[in-house]
Amino acid sequence: MKNLKMSIAVMLLLAVSFTNAQEKEKMGHDHADMKMDHSKMKMDKMQDAKAEAVLADYFMLKNALVGDDTKKAALEGAKLAASLKAFDMTSYNEDEQKELADIIEDATEHAEHIAESAIDHQREHFKTLSKDITDMVAITGTKNTLYQQFCPMYDKGSAWLSTSNEVRNPYYGSKMVSCGKVQKEINN
Amino acid sequence: MKVAKKVAIILLIAFVGIQFIPTKRNQSDVVPATDIHVIYNVPKQIETIFKTSCYDCHSNNTSYPWYNKIQPVAWLLENHINEGKAELNFNEFGDYSGRRQKSKLKSIASQIRDNEMPLSSYTIIHQDAKLSEKEKELIIQWVEKTIENL
Repeated sequence: MKNLKMSIAVMLLLAVSFTNAQEKEKMGHDHADMKMDHSKMKMDKMQDAKAEAVLADYFMLKNALVGDDTKKAALEGAKLAASLKAFDMTSYNEDEQKELADIIEDATEHAEHIAESAIDHQREHFKTLSKDITDMVAITGTKNTLYQQFCPMYDKGSAWLSTSNEVRNPYYGSKMVSCGKVQKEINN
Repeated sequence: MKVAKKVAIILLIAFVGIQFIPTKRNQSDVVPATDIHVIYNVPKQIETIFKTSCYDCHSNNTSYPWYNKIQPVAWLLENHINEGKAELNFNEFGDYSGRRQKSKLKSIASQIRDNEMPLSSYTIIHQDAKLSEKEKELIIQWVEKTIENL
């Protein structure tokens, strides 16, 4: 009888690990689909359209964090990870490519973590992600004017990017939404 | 009871059967030149904590528990170790770019601060891997100092 119980427990464990593995596989497919959509959408635009797609997703993520919306932030994080992976750096020179590859690898990891974390962790990752995206824009440029904003209170001072010069703080959300100032205007 | 007996026998056969499926073992006795304590000045005390509490899943060398060869435990362990190493590998820390090293260090501090790591499912079995408040503070301080100097 003891044996029987043991065996059943083992089989249950097995079943659980198999379903887990299958789910993961499914998620992987979803990602791939999303990636394709992105590249289809932006294909016939200008050369750095891929960078604009990354920025667009980053701003959606930022807005979700401003709104204290963990679920939406997770969703936007996954989208951002997909558009980062779709980034095409062939038109940049060798040094830039090296830098970009590094930035994108790091940013992708943060975006992926944001896709599966609670809001506190999402914000922690968003800080480093913002640095990555700022460094990316310094290389790729962007067609829009961006504002680098800065909140001196969050984690010894943290910056982020915005399309508007009005401060809406993604690190504190509704708790202190207007905390911060415009640090720099980015026009390139 | 007859059916139960049959089921039991089938399960038993399956259990024995899966024992023959091999798993890859995570073992190596070289300390690579890219190990975190080679590239940074890691105090001995912290190095010991890392090795006891983190290296089983975050390095190329796991010290396996006695039951590690019993399936499906071996699979679970293999999965955990692969995931752990993909996230952070102390042995290959020097292979990360400066940007990523900084990111990884930050995550180490935040995971420890929030008691996310070491995983509770791991410390249940490895009581010695549990971090005391003092040890946590020690690591976090060292990590923060290291980031500042990067």
